[in-house]
Amino acid sequence: MDATLASIVAAASPLVYAVVGETIAEKAGVINLSLDGSIMLSAMAGFAAAYATGSVLLGFLMAAAVSMVVALLIAFASIELRLNQIAVGFVLTLLCADLASFLGDPYVGQRVAGVAPLPIPGLRDIPFLGPVFFRHNLSVYGSFLAIILAYLFIFRTRRGLELQGVGERPEAAHARGIRVNLWRYLYTMVGGALCGIAGAAFSLDVLLGWRENRTQNYGWIALAIVIFGGWHPVRAATGAYLFGALSVLALKLQPRLPDLSQILPMTPFVLMILALLLVSQDWSRRPADRVSRWRRLLSGDPPSGIGVAFWRD
Amino acid sequence: MSLELRGIHKRYGAVRANDGVDLRLEAGAIHGLLGENGAGKSTLMKVLSGFVTPDAGEVRLDGKKVPLGSTRAAIRAGIGMLHQDPLVFLPFTVLDNFMLGSGRRVSRSAAARELQRIGGEFGFRFEPSAPVRSLTVGERQQLEITRLLWLGARVLILDEPTTGISATQQERLFATLRALAEQGMIVAFVSHKLEEVEALCQTVSVMRRGKVVGEASLPCPTEQLVEMMFGRVITLRQKEKLAPGEPVLSLEGVRPVDQPAGEEYSLTVREGEVVGLAGLEGSGQRPFLRTCAGLSRAAAGRLRIDGRDLAGARFGDFLEAGVHFLPAGRLEEGLISGLTVTEHFVLAARAKGFSIDWSAARADAERRISENLIMGTPGSAADELSGGNQQRLLLALMPPDLRLLLMEHPTRGLDLESADWVWHQLTKRAGRGTAIVFASADLDELLRHSDRIIVFFAGRMLREVRASETGGEELGYLIGGKVAP
Amino acid sequence: MSPAPTIRRLGKILLPVAIALALGVLLLVSADAPPWEAVRLIIDGSLGSTGGLSSTLMVWVPLVLAAAGLVVTFAAGLWNIGIEGQLVMGAVAGALVARTVDGPSGLVIPLVVLTGMVGGMLWGLLVGVLRTYGRVNEIFGGLGLDFVATGLVVYLVIGPWKRVGSASTSGTDLFPREAWLPTTGPLTVSWVALALAAAGVVAVFFLMRGTYFGLRLRAVGRNSRSAFLMGIPTNRYLLAAFAVCGALAGLGGALHATGFHHKLVPSVSGGYGFLAILVVLLAAFGATWIAPLALFFAVISVGSTQLQLRLQLDSALGGVLQGVLVLFTLLAGGWQLRRAYLSRRGSEGG
Repeated sequence: MDATLASIVAAASPLVYAVVGETIAEKAGVINLSLDGSIMLSAMAGFAAAYATGSVLLGFLMAAAVSMVVALLIAFASIELRLNQIAVGFVLTLLCADLASFLGDPYVGQRVAGVAPLPIPGLRDIPFLGPVFFRHNLSVYGSFLAIILAYLFIFRTRRGLELQGVGERPEAAHARGIRVNLWRYLYTMVGGALCGIAGAAFSLDVLLGWRENRTQNYGWIALAIVIFGGWHPVRAATGAYLFGALSVLALKLQPRLPDLSQILPMTPFVLMILALLLVSQDWSRRPADRVSRWRRLLSGDPPSGIGVAFWRD
Repeated sequence: MSLELRGIHKRYGAVRANDGVDLRLEAGAIHGLLGENGAGKSTLMKVLSGFVTPDAGEVRLDGKKVPLGSTRAAIRAGIGMLHQDPLVFLPFTVLDNFMLGSGRRVSRSAAARELQRIGGEFGFRFEPSAPVRSLTVGERQQLEITRLLWLGARVLILDEPTTGISATQQERLFATLRALAEQGMIVAFVSHKLEEVEALCQTVSVMRRGKVVGEASLPCPTEQLVEMMFGRVITLRQKEKLAPGEPVLSLEGVRPVDQPAGEEYSLTVREGEVVGLAGLEGSGQRPFLRTCAGLSRAAAGRLRIDGRDLAGARFGDFLEAGVHFLPAGRLEEGLISGLTVTEHFVLAARAKGFSIDWSAARADAERRISENLIMGTPGSAADELSGGNQQRLLLALMPPDLRLLLMEHPTRGLDLESADWVWHQLTKRAGRGTAIVFASADLDELLRHSDRIIVFFAGRMLREVRASETGGEELGYLIGGKVAP
Repeated sequence: MSPAPTIRRLGKILLPVAIALALGVLLLVSADAPPWEAVRLIIDGSLGSTGGLSSTLMVWVPLVLAAAGLVVTFAAGLWNIGIEGQLVMGAVAGALVARTVDGPSGLVIPLVVLTGMVGGMLWGLLVGVLRTYGRVNEIFGGLGLDFVATGLVVYLVIGPWKRVGSASTSGTDLFPREAWLPTTGPLTVSWVALALAAAGVVAVFFLMRGTYFGLRLRAVGRNSRSAFLMGIPTNRYLLAAFAVCGALAGLGGALHATGFHHKLVPSVSGGYGFLAILVVLLAAFGATWIAPLALFFAVISVGSTQLQLRLQLDSALGGVLQGVLVLFTLLAGGWQLRRAYLSRRGSEGG
């Protein structure tokens, strides 16, 4: 049982990175629709860098850098050129995917060492929690850290509060002297970096290697999970783990119900639609209004300023 | 301490919003800035608070130049601005709103203590964990003032602060401002309401068409201020009394959705009658109007138009019954940005055909543009027209023979001429038998044009009065919830 | 119009193209491929032979029909990412008819066309219903249904509709001959497909410019609140937009399946739905230019398969070129608007 849970935690780690990263960017008001393509491109770039230099760390850095550039492009197009974030993001997702296929050909089938396992001494022997959480590698531990740091930053620091303000009502933030667009650039790039790390986590850890379409539309799923997660990093990460659990469950069922296995690839998306349906209904939002302590965690509303560029004149 | 503005210029395209403004404000007294809509007051305040970069000019606080075009610099210099609609973060808590952007490294509990302490000096009470969404406009103002004081504001600018707050809150606000002025702050009170400026301020500057046209010390004769504001005498048409006809709108125990039980409305409005709805924003006029228009469902009661019960019917049925709703947001809910005047006329005609004859449509639009004195061409986009012309277009788009016309703030944001023209058209329609129900924040408008005025307070229809038998003072009391003066 | 502004306008359009081509050349060089050779191959592969030309035109058919449909949904203010699924379901519906209905071509083909439209329309309406009644954003509803549709096709190809013998991901058995679209002369592209595609474009052009439906739809797309107050039933119009788009996309899918592959293949949509979004972005959301632009994109798509065969370059290069072109057109457009706005403000300001 704990072996299964451990594999879920590990398999979901790239998705957790992507989901936390996109939550940060969207909380600041910028939608990065290029997620799927960026993850593919950075997965390829990370793999290529690791292959060429032999350093997994450089692979991760390269992946983060690539996605940061793409995110920067979206922020620039939206803030400076006043273009629609969805349009630019969509074009980039296709472009990055194609770019990844084209440039990645030489690396198909190649091998790289991957992230070394690193069980944490002491913690790894805790009954139940040990095997599930503490017998992984740095990449997986990083995903835990990402969730915790994102939560603490957004909800417990001064700057995090300003981030929320920037996304919620940029005019009001601007009136308070906050440099709205500067922070939007920054947080979009942070989100991009995390998405890049997600890509590297795929090609250098979870699905070691590079091949076209290796990442299986995870970027789109991540975008949906951000909505499902109510733009809250912990809730979104929970969604990522749930998704991972369902994927593993599907794999386990495959030998028992072979006919069903044909339909299995469809199920995540059916679930995605059902989940979004659930979250969008009025009655599912009522609990948030009643219990104030949990309001932040339970409310599913997007930051009101999301997707719309802010300018002073 | 003094605040000086010298030679402030700001142009928006062809419009000179600020045309060389010089102003001097001293500490210890409340300064009024008077002017009608469009005189340039808001732009000037935006320049002062760093929201907008002027094309020319400088601002000096105590002789020191304040960097312009930066909200950060303005805040650092101690200039605090309270916007008409307080720029707060609705889903966040009171404490979050208080702390956001302050730049102070304090713990939440320390900030909460400061909030209560500073607010307490003026009689404000806050619940730190309440979402700001649940606060009234007046309470949000109090929060903003407290926050600005915490940040060390030495100059406080209030932009039309009395829209949408209760009489009690207004009294408290004025008392707060007087106390602050006495403590040595510079307080600027921007308004277009003569009575308030006269009540509160010691000196006043009057703006018109982007310039400061006069200054005065108060008290001074009202006519002097009016002359400075308008520069000419307006002859406003008097309302003719019409004999009302058959009942058009008949409400019996109607309760809009989301309204608590016990708040039911009963009302009858006849052909040719004009009923004005008075009351502060949020007192219930909006849901009332929207229920009568068929936009909100009536949760209970009977809603009859010309005898037909339409409670619970679709919006389309209301339109067919001859009911028309004119919302306050001209571009948000009335016109469609990007579509031309011709296209609007075509849409409003609600024709049944398949293909459009564009040349006929353009010719028709030409005709109606000149009939309605709209300054624009058939090909002008709706958002290119000025506010007054947009309202003319909205009125022109209405079907000619309506049974019931419901309006939210028919002349908000319009200059006197346009407002006058609007009422001229509306009176003609009433003469043809249309029943008119409108909500307004302008007591003059209500008194001048209504047959009856219904005052809303806290979601209830508080009192119905005949316009000819009441005056501004009584109305003001009623709006504030005071039934007997 | 005097010559100078026209030249400037032409320059504005050509600049992004030039940048895109330059970047393409750069990529080719980085992949150790001779640029001129690559371009020659692309053009040759798509237009240089009757086979190539036929393929290009058969790609053009679903691409331009999907683009026409998207013009309608974009006018309504919708991002119909579900277009891929609508294409696929049209092909599936058409395949169903082709496989099960016995009869002469005169009966089967119109039936295929009709059911293709119905299949795509229903799939589009599903996205619409999810949005208007389920409040699920059409981007994610559409995306989810895209994957469900492709999953369904894989299931059919490997399962119930598998080839006689062993299942193969290369597709189902070929359809009966009666279901094949008729061709004339050396071209293997069917005049039926071309005619219907052209008709679709013209129909959308007329629909949006000259009808009440088009005007009301545009009103809904720009300001649904005002449109509603003017008496336009916004939900109905949004659903209608999805239906029209779905029908056109479904038609494209069915025509492609019966006219090109003559069977149902897992990659039946070929990504033409998403590509059509790029076409419409490039065409500035209007129907005027989608036909030639779709042809241009078809040339690149078909031609770049030659790159794989002859130069061992990944055919995704075609996609890269298309993406770069659209990206830079968007960026350049935004840049020019911004410069114009700033210079206007500057000249009028003090």
